[in-house]
Amino acid sequence: MKHHIKFKVNGDEYSLAVDPWRTLNEMLREDLNLTGTKLGCGTGDCGACSVMVDGRTVSSCLTLAVSVDGKTIRTVEGLAPSGEELHPIQEAFVKTGAIQCGFCTSGMEMAALNLLSKNPSPTEKEIRAGLSGHLCRCTGYNQIVEAVAVAAEKMRQTRLAEEEK
Amino acid sequence: MRLPRFEYFAPKTLKEALNLLADQGEGAHVMAGGTDIVVKMNHGRLKPKAIVALEAIDELDHIHFRATDGLTIGATARLADVASHPDVLNHYPALAEAILTMANVEVRNMGTVVGNLCNAAPSADCAPPLIVMGAQVVLSRLNGERSLPLDQFFKGPGLTAMEPGEVVTSISVPVPPAGSAASYKRISGRCGVDIAAVGVGAMVMFDGDICKEARIVLGAVAPIPMRATKTEDLVQGRQWTPDLIEKAGQEASEESKPISDVRASAQWRKAMVAVLTRRVLQEAQARATRS
Repeated sequence: MKHHIKFKVNGDEYSLAVDPWRTLNEMLREDLNLTGTKLGCGTGDCGACSVMVDGRTVSSCLTLAVSVDGKTIRTVEGLAPSGEELHPIQEAFVKTGAIQCGFCTSGMEMAALNLLSKNPSPTEKEIRAGLSGHLCRCTGYNQIVEAVAVAAEKMRQTRLAEEEK
Repeated sequence: MRLPRFEYFAPKTLKEALNLLADQGEGAHVMAGGTDIVVKMNHGRLKPKAIVALEAIDELDHIHFRATDGLTIGATARLADVASHPDVLNHYPALAEAILTMANVEVRNMGTVVGNLCNAAPSADCAPPLIVMGAQVVLSRLNGERSLPLDQFFKGPGLTAMEPGEVVTSISVPVPPAGSAASYKRISGRCGVDIAAVGVGAMVMFDGDICKEARIVLGAVAPIPMRATKTEDLVQGRQWTPDLIEKAGQEASEESKPISDVRASAQWRKAMVAVLTRRVLQEAQARATRS
């Protein structure tokens, strides 16, 4: 039996009928065509499918679509909503060469967003802990860790500038 | 990688959940965070007729601490929330440390402490620290409630004392006695995002330099998280010396019953039981004498 659910993704409201055995990852990619979120391992071990649900990252491959009824979701497509200006996290990933094949990138960026929303000035160790469980087979991680530090600094400066206004 | 078909229920009250379980019978499966169940369904190891999700039940997500009664953790309290809770960090640091060794940020944002226990993996990281701290499991059924010590809850890999129609609604952990402290450490093939190959939890209580009480639990080296009772007996009532800790490590290694599997050989596990037992005893003792 399909369940009627309502939820928000990147600010847009959706109302959908979903089968209970479908995952949030399948619904985002197949029904909403939001393919920025990837599917890697399907077991919560690789981080590629990470999205935010009500302000915290989860593995979309392990989340049942029916369970997001009434919730607010943010995916990588919602990082730079205008499509013109990149989010500081995305900008930093580009600038530091933290992207190679790109498969882990959306999950990494969501993990970075989750980390920086709780800890705006993380140490390198805290960045590594925050990204732990996100597997990248290209970069060797150093550029990704650097990207998160660069993004944190940029976001801090933006906040300071806003406070001075 | 498609999940098998099932019906889904998200009751708003515990009563409703218990009624659903009774109606649906044996094919129904309770779900908290889903991080174990969905993986098992994905691998075809679990094919429930119905999922009864506990998430929408408000009364189950609590994390409460009172200096008189201790800590209670509700069935849907998330691992991340328990590990960052000020009272847990203050009074039960070994539990917070155990949780932070588990999985990754996303899984800790979804998974629950109670779910980790109900999954009943011999390597469940929450089990050793909670058993040594004297945790009780509270089980609800339609006509009542019962509680039992956590070390009697595990019956085998994936098997618990939970009966059909029952739901674990919370666990409770007593206030740590004065002069006591606990520690948990684990070793796995990789430093993060791996299942423990060996985990050891210990609680020690001191009167001067005499260890009045010791509880030691070994994870991933027996079909269930096992109490190392011979080692406890060896340590209790004795003066705390380096020689005693050395002997305790050997004893724990001897009484552990590991198997060889993809994660480690039995021989290596036995060697690591000795190492970890020494380390958790040292850390627990240092904490107990500081407090």
